[in-house]
Amino acid sequence: MSSTITRPKDPMGPSPRAKHDSKRHTASGHMRTDKPHDELPEKPATAIEMKDLSSWYGSFQALKSISLSVRKNKVTAFIGPSGCGKSTLLRWVNRMNDTIHTAHATGSLHLSDLDVMASTTDVVNLRRKVGIVFQKPNPFPKSIFDNVAFGPRLHMKLRRSELLDIVEWSLRKAAVWDEVKDRLHAPALGLSGGQQQRLCIARTIAVGPEVLLMDEPCSALDPGSTLAIEELMNELRNLYTIVIVTHNMQQASRCSDETAFFFEGKLIEMNDTRSIFTNPQSQRTEDYISGRFG
Amino acid sequence: MSGNDSHGDSPLQGQSPDASTTEAVKQQAEPVTNGAPFDASKLVTSRNRITKDIRFRQMCIVTASASVLILVFLLGSLLVSGLPALSWTLLTGYPEPEPENAGLWPALMGTLWVCTMCALITLPLGIGTAILLEEFTPRNKLARNVLSLIQLNITNLAGVPSVVYGIIGLTAFVSMFSLFDDADSTDGPSMEMGAVYFDQFSNVASDPFLNTGDADARERYFLIPVDSRGAPVTVPKTGMLAYENGEAGFATVEILAIDPFTDEVSADADIMSRTIDNTSTPGRISEKQWYYLRLPFGRGVVAGALTLMLVILPVIIISTQEALRAVPATLRAGALGLGATPWQVVWNVTLPSAIPGIMTGAILAMSRAIGETAPILIIAGIVYIRSAPQHLMDDCTVMPLQIYNWIQRPQDEFHEIAAGGIVILLAILLTFNAVAILIRHRMQNKLR
Ligand SMILES: Nc1ncnc2c1ncn2[C@@H]1O[C@H](COP(=O)(O)OP(=O)(O)OP(=O)(O)O)[C@@H](O)[C@H]1O
Ligand SMILES: [Mg+2]
Repeated sequence: MSSTITRPKDPMGPSPRAKHDSKRHTASGHMRTDKPHDELPEKPATAIEMKDLSSWYGSFQALKSISLSVRKNKVTAFIGPSGCGKSTLLRWVNRMNDTIHTAHATGSLHLSDLDVMASTTDVVNLRRKVGIVFQKPNPFPKSIFDNVAFGPRLHMKLRRSELLDIVEWSLRKAAVWDEVKDRLHAPALGLSGGQQQRLCIARTIAVGPEVLLMDEPCSALDPGSTLAIEELMNELRNLYTIVIVTHNMQQASRCSDETAFFFEGKLIEMNDTRSIFTNPQSQRTEDYISGRFG
Repeated sequence: MSGNDSHGDSPLQGQSPDASTTEAVKQQAEPVTNGAPFDASKLVTSRNRITKDIRFRQMCIVTASASVLILVFLLGSLLVSGLPALSWTLLTGYPEPEPENAGLWPALMGTLWVCTMCALITLPLGIGTAILLEEFTPRNKLARNVLSLIQLNITNLAGVPSVVYGIIGLTAFVSMFSLFDDADSTDGPSMEMGAVYFDQFSNVASDPFLNTGDADARERYFLIPVDSRGAPVTVPKTGMLAYENGEAGFATVEILAIDPFTDEVSADADIMSRTIDNTSTPGRISEKQWYYLRLPFGRGVVAGALTLMLVILPVIIISTQEALRAVPATLRAGALGLGATPWQVVWNVTLPSAIPGIMTGAILAMSRAIGETAPILIIAGIVYIRSAPQHLMDDCTVMPLQIYNWIQRPQDEFHEIAAGGIVILLAILLTFNAVAILIRHRMQNKLR
């Protein structure tokens, strides 16, 4: 699989992103991105930092004072029983909760230097930097090409050839290029569920995000497609910070570097994935990962 | 459930001792309940349910075929009486008093003008309102309450009889609550644009009482432009330039003489034909552009279109809302997650997916508008209109009104051409729907 992913000329490389950033968000983010990597060899930078994040739907408290940091260019898994607030937490990172009238939150959430929860934050630019992939594949009822080109067209003025470069690069990165390259203008809804999900990933990375949020990206997929997406995450971790919500313990242990366990809106434990799965500190964590509840 | 053996400690089992003895009796008869708290003797046999299913299907077939039969009967009787009456005269003629010469061209054009205007006004308004109500729900509680009040109103308005809208249209659009009525001019609009006024004079030769004796002198009518409808009457002068409304449009003519009704009329035919007969009273006429606009609107195309808008706007808003609601929320979330602004989400994702549904609603609404009689009857009145509308404020009649008019007459011949008119109206309606359905179908295919 990895041999099929080549990276000829990175069209999403620094140029379009940097240009975009300097136009809209001069103070935010990319200073860190540009830092030479060898400056921080063993202590990776933090991509997302939360402090005392609490969140409510009306009067129901879904998140209780969550403090955690997600490391840059790592895969972080969020696990926990259904209804414990994992999706809510993800939706605060790109402020998708803004669309829910009853949702409100306190505490702080920073994406690099950007104060995500500030009311002045440009959510449009934030969501470009923080891509999200949902549980059910949700390609637009358009062609495969238009699906991937959708995001770039929103944010940039591009020539057709540049757009083609981005679409190809994104589809290659999302490991579907070989399957769809001959039918780029066929409807995306004609793809299989697994292909659709990888198309959605391609669509998300086509706008050049820094963080990829994945909310149970494999739960509607067969084992083969699941494997393809797990391999894909392995490939993409060099480019993006990935947060994945999953109910599949094997998946969390296979493909994540760090794991956070949530229970009833609280962060119970967060650690190296290996430590969580071999030596959990909390009894609840142990019960959950060994399948005794949840 | 299947995992619970009858000896297990399932909560479904916990019953008092006497209950379990009665259960034991039942279990002897039908020992298959696996300990669940229902007993098998209560099972309805599947044969019963299947019979019900068949009955239901038969009922559906009966009701469906009843409506189809009624439709076929109506259409059949209509075609039988209407088809023989169809003729070229009926389509292109004017509503003459003799049935064999009568046609509904003015009504046909009136319907096209009114319905096109109505669609042009209503579709953007209705779709826009629906988008506001569905896609831009504000976070502010007060604003949300206002919107739900509007929503309640729209839902109720959809059920108001169209005559009521006719009366509203009469006050709101035709006379505009008398807001623009002006004390000086009792007749005519107080504000207008797109019209040019002329005073019309005739030449000497056209005066029947003035026998000039020269047969070569042509009858001519001259138009002299005036500033406005209310300008003072022009006094003709020698050497003045006037327009003549000839075969090839307006031509400029120089007035050579003014005849103050003396005996010394020039004998020269050319001079005579360009001599204004001063005794004739000038008539003030106007030339209107198609976009002629005036306030209040008066009984014209625009007032009719706006009144029909009132009738179909609730229908269009509600059906558009339904279509927007049917677009999966995951699509919106996907677009928002890519950094689309709410407007980009609506324009690029929601609207394209909802267009087929919106068009279905629009087709139904416009079909209703084409056939609507009562409000137009109130707006236009039963006036005899001899020409197709020339501009937006022109008087007009519509096909249902013309048909209604013919049906009211005592002669049988008029009833026949009325049936022919209905066939034409139906044909227009069907063509219109077919085109819209075709467009919708192509869009649906593009989406898939
Ligand atoms: N839109 C909403 N309005 C009100 N309550 C909500 C809403 N969305 C989620 N909740 C509640 O917030 C809590 C957390 O929900 P959330 O979707 O974050 O859970 P989750 O951990 O993602 O669960 P799952 O694993 O089943 O997806 C739940 O109790 C849920 O009922
Ligand atoms: Mg969830």
